[in-house]
Amino acid sequence: MSQSHNHSPSSAYRAPLYFGAMAALIIGVGFIQSWNSALFILNMGLISAIMALGVNLQWGFAGLFNVGVMGFVALGGLAVVLVSTSPVGEAWQAGGPRVIFALMLGVGTIIGAILLWKKLAKGRVRALFVTAWIVVGFFLFRAVFDPAVAAIEAINPAISGNLGGLGLPVLIAWPIGGLFAAGAAWLVAKTALGLRSDYLAIATLGIAEIIIAVMKNEDWMARGVKNVIGLPRPVPYEIDLQQSEWFIGMMQSIGADPVTASSIFVKLCYAGLFLAVILLLITAMQLALNSPWGRMMRAIRDNEVSSEAMGKDVTGRHLQIFVLGAAICGLAGAMMTTLDGQLTPASYQPLRFTFLVWVMVIVGGSGNNWGAVLGGLFIWFLWVEVEPIGRFVAQVLTSGLADDSGLKEVIMDRMVYIRPLTMGLVLLFVLRFNPRGLLPER
Amino acid sequence: MDILNALVAFANFVLVPGTAYGAQLALGALGVTLIYGILRFSNFAHGDTMAFGTMFTVLITAAMQSAGISFGPLPTALLALPFAILCTMALVLATDRAVYRFYRKVKAAPVMLVIVSMGVMFVMNGAVRMIVGTDDRRFADGERFIITARDFKSMTGLSEGLAIRTTQAITVLVAVIVVAALFWFLNRTRTGKSMRAYADNEDLALLSGINPERVVTITWLIVAALATIAGTLYGLDKSFKPFIYMQLLLPIFASAIVGGLGSPLGAIAGGFVIAFSEVTLTYAFKKVVTYLVPETWAPDGLVQLLSTDYKFAVSFAILIIVLLFKPTGLFKGKSV
Repeated sequence: MSQSHNHSPSSAYRAPLYFGAMAALIIGVGFIQSWNSALFILNMGLISAIMALGVNLQWGFAGLFNVGVMGFVALGGLAVVLVSTSPVGEAWQAGGPRVIFALMLGVGTIIGAILLWKKLAKGRVRALFVTAWIVVGFFLFRAVFDPAVAAIEAINPAISGNLGGLGLPVLIAWPIGGLFAAGAAWLVAKTALGLRSDYLAIATLGIAEIIIAVMKNEDWMARGVKNVIGLPRPVPYEIDLQQSEWFIGMMQSIGADPVTASSIFVKLCYAGLFLAVILLLITAMQLALNSPWGRMMRAIRDNEVSSEAMGKDVTGRHLQIFVLGAAICGLAGAMMTTLDGQLTPASYQPLRFTFLVWVMVIVGGSGNNWGAVLGGLFIWFLWVEVEPIGRFVAQVLTSGLADDSGLKEVIMDRMVYIRPLTMGLVLLFVLRFNPRGLLPER
Repeated sequence: MDILNALVAFANFVLVPGTAYGAQLALGALGVTLIYGILRFSNFAHGDTMAFGTMFTVLITAAMQSAGISFGPLPTALLALPFAILCTMALVLATDRAVYRFYRKVKAAPVMLVIVSMGVMFVMNGAVRMIVGTDDRRFADGERFIITARDFKSMTGLSEGLAIRTTQAITVLVAVIVVAALFWFLNRTRTGKSMRAYADNEDLALLSGINPERVVTITWLIVAALATIAGTLYGLDKSFKPFIYMQLLLPIFASAIVGGLGSPLGAIAGGFVIAFSEVTLTYAFKKVVTYLVPETWAPDGLVQLLSTDYKFAVSFAILIIVLLFKPTGLFKGKSV
């Protein structure tokens, strides 16, 4: 891209100015609503910013169109359950090894099919043989898998009914969430990269739906739609703080109510953790993107053909960056599930976890990491705040109606859907009038 | 006799629902494929366009019902459909003028239009929910069945019944009429031919004096009609639930790609391939198998290959298989 943007006087102050305005907005929420809401917006905003960084890496720096963000985010959440909850011993005895054996059978069938396909000579015999192999493998898998799952899910279904996790500290789940997402992304990329861009989009859309379907239905893994609640935390519990001498003493000395202060303290701890992760990520990304590797990536994005002519392995590089971007989304997903303290597979909606992240990236400025962070914070702020604002406006407009009038009730009830409407309008206006976003790529 | 019973059970639970679902997917995929062929982008807003069109049908049907208008044994929604199509056409044309036209003028990259369609999707999604909410709405009235399972049993003396719902028969009938009309239009009329010419080779079409804006306008009008019809038929057959229509995006795109993006014939074939695979792989064959094998072999389990919750996985798997082995789809689609 041209260098002229670098030298225009306004651009140097733009980023600090916008981030200052963003801070003012969040502090404003603290004064007008409550500090708890302000910190809630900040924490989820920081997580959204990390998701946006992941998508920005794929789209802004490599031009890869990933609309499966939801799936990668959900895998991160799954990692939290599988790493941090305590194992259910009885369930492991009932069917743990059998389930693992069944999964190995399944993977073996697929790998075997791929190997057979490559080794055998082309023709009808190969097609028949490979099909037969897959069919037999599938039934073998089901024969081992089904009874094992039934055995596990029969153990204490009201509170567990799953294998549980490894009982490790929850922070370890964050990088593992990234690894989970990276693994899924590698599989998608292996099949769909190198095909047309639309196909990658549809493939990612599909894999996200499948990941959610698996998480909803495979109860033996993370209890499916029965949800896992009370996940361990990396920060202290409010109730412990309220009972600890030092905390009460500290709050008394500044004259704060220990109950409110404890929940603010916890949220501040999370905010500190998330900020540390963001700073780490952005430093690493800025270093990588200003290195020869980053320049090569942008060269590939801007002209694939000439980069290929220069001897760059375009598909290989795309694979690399796709997997990295997905890993960042998985990390954000693990962080989000940790913050929520629960995994609820039914709450993953593509509009909220895929397309909203895209709005963040485009509005923030694709190709600019600080833009992605700003977009994540700002769009999340808007997503949360547009509903009370809409309610207020509707309240004023319908003030002539009686409080129990049906129409007023319906209007108030449906104000929540002003969120997608506003997001769409924001995206369309930014695309039309400021397609490079708030903080354009330099 | 048992083979007959097995066949009837298969027809009742797989063939009939699969055909109706296939017709609905085919109509949806036709819309996606026409946009791709003429405007050259994957329209993510298509699912929500269908929801919008269906919402018009639902609202007009309700108005007609309260005015005492009915269509006898047929659903009132069929009477409301033409008006709903007109409303959707107006909406879609307004969207094109306000949003998409600008990007054609600046010759934006196709992927840009895909992102723009995401914005349109958000707006439509929010608007539909604000107007009618998210409740499950059944708006089918009139006769529920053409043949009920009991009638079929008493007619044939078989122990298995075959039920055909009115909405299923209407779906197939309407789909056949719409597809016939569409192909007649594309292949026989001057305007249709100019559309195909534009899809095949934009430059040559422009050289021979075809007005691109006119082609685009007509495409949007056809797509609006197709989306409304597809959405209404799906809603009549199941029920109208706005968020379901966004989930339909995946099987619809899969149908269009499996058939070959940009190929109308492919969209129809793709729709039926996806629908039948979904229904067949997620149907519990216990009943059918019990009729076919000796009594002692009767299966204990459901003989279900995949749980119905994995129907997305089926469309996805077929999509991947086709992409790997025949990247342009069954009917040689185009690629931008």
